[in-house]
Amino acid sequence: MEINDKLIKKLAYLAKLEFDDEAKEAIKKDLEQMIGFVEKINELDTENVEPLIHMSEEVNRFRKDKVEKLIEVEDALKNAPLKNEEYILVPKVIRK
Amino acid sequence: MSIYDKYEVIIGLEVHVQLLTASKLFAPDSAAFGAKPNENTSFITLGHPGTLPCLNEKAVEYAVKMGLALNCPIRAYNYFDRKNYFYPDLPKGYQISQDKKPICGAGFLEIEVGEETKKIRIHHIHMEEDAGKSLHDQSEKYSMIDLNRAGVPLLEIVTEPDMRSAEEASIFLNSIRQLIQYLEVSDGNMEEGSLRCDCNISVRLKGTEPFNNRAEIKNMNSVRFVRKAVEYEFKRQIDLLESGGEMKQETRGFDANRGVTLPQREKEMAHDYRYFPEPDLAPLHLSKAYLEEIRQAMPALPHELRQKFTKEYALSAYDAGILTETKEMAAYFETVVAHCPHAKMVANFMINTVKAYLNDQNISIQEAHIPPQKLAKLIDLVVNDKVNRQAAQKKLFPQFAKDPQQDPEKLAQTLGLVMEKDDNFVLEIIEKVLNQHPDKVKAYKSGKKNLFGMFMGQIMRASGGKIDPKAGKKLLEEKLKE
Repeated sequence: MEINDKLIKKLAYLAKLEFDDEAKEAIKKDLEQMIGFVEKINELDTENVEPLIHMSEEVNRFRKDKVEKLIEVEDALKNAPLKNEEYILVPKVIRK
Repeated sequence: MSIYDKYEVIIGLEVHVQLLTASKLFAPDSAAFGAKPNENTSFITLGHPGTLPCLNEKAVEYAVKMGLALNCPIRAYNYFDRKNYFYPDLPKGYQISQDKKPICGAGFLEIEVGEETKKIRIHHIHMEEDAGKSLHDQSEKYSMIDLNRAGVPLLEIVTEPDMRSAEEASIFLNSIRQLIQYLEVSDGNMEEGSLRCDCNISVRLKGTEPFNNRAEIKNMNSVRFVRKAVEYEFKRQIDLLESGGEMKQETRGFDANRGVTLPQREKEMAHDYRYFPEPDLAPLHLSKAYLEEIRQAMPALPHELRQKFTKEYALSAYDAGILTETKEMAAYFETVVAHCPHAKMVANFMINTVKAYLNDQNISIQEAHIPPQKLAKLIDLVVNDKVNRQAAQKKLFPQFAKDPQQDPEKLAQTLGLVMEKDDNFVLEIIEKVLNQHPDKVKAYKSGKKNLFGMFMGQIMRASGGKIDPKAGKKLLEEKLKE
């Protein structure tokens, strides 16, 4: 897989990241290494091997449908950089 | 023939059903609607580092119920995936959903379109968590985020593109709403957003095979809007194609005020949700015994009751449809019939009189608090020719409904509605009425036979509804022959 500028741009867009050209080159190198490693593993023939999706053998870890109030509104808003008494505020995300 | 007649519309729906659980899908905060903003959250819902989701067992049970009702195979082994995207009302930066192995596989729902039954195929049903709510119109500068809804359990029911008219789409949605109310998995309240849908719409020339590109109309919360959006898109897409344009796959929103759909601002790059299995949740392994237990506890479904009502009680399909609109109405009807085995009479009385009363008062059958045994007694009075039907509907029932604990027969006596069986009483009234209209009697006898109805009306009125119309009619005929 070729790590080109187009791919970096797409990943940056999806991850909502911004960086300069110098960082971009470093990222490119890191990615080449990581993807190269995965491509190496991909050489293995896994045709008849079931994918291992969950690490634990555990299944059906259920919780009863019971309401518990864990935090108050003030706590919920505490870490928001912008807020009023009721809401978290964010820069306007749609244009009308 | 207009150009529109050459085309047909193709509709597929993605229906989101908010489940009626007390707590959220993966956290114990309340899932109730209508709390103050950000009242119902927790560190799990807020996506704080180090917190882990834990699955609500009730949501799984509801998903299984819905799947069984829609004839879907239940996937015994299923698990959750992460759907990754950034939006301010999605605290974790991903939505926990099901992608590769949704809980319910392909099924179908049969809907009644006019006289015909049509099968709408279900592609699959999956569980997912809802996002929070963004308010964009409260402030000039900011969007406001309320996370009460974040994490509320949803089922997404995805259909195949099997609907061919706005009518079919709205019948399908209404049938789904009826079903979820029967199953009690959701309140189905569209105004409060418990039932919402995305609507995929395309058009094609009739008789051609391939589908054209479609428009996806997002997030509609009323059957009327769906209907309007389909009608609008049908015309818009045909106009576009006929004027040489090309339909591109796009997402649109419905503007309820103007009744139009508008393109939503497209992102410069296509969505890429990068689904992968949710590592924080154990997979589900649903045993046969578990599924069987749920199946056993399922109520009779609307189509089963409709069939029962037409077969066992010999009702018309139309009457059976009305009486099975809600589970409560259907159960009530059956209890009344158990006490007064004249199903047709009970059905007529419930549809024409009781339902009219409920609509008028804007209450449900439970809220009317009419003991079914008492209603059965009231209808019995009509069956046994003690009170005539009209009087029972217009006079006896309205009085009875005011205090449904009273005995219907005693009430009929108090109101003077018990029919007189004595021929002399009936004859007396007939003579009185005929004596009041000697000229009309003459006219009748010389051939104006259509005056008969007028005489009958007068007689019934003069008796205060106490005459059995059949007996009255017979006596009047005899009297006029004299």
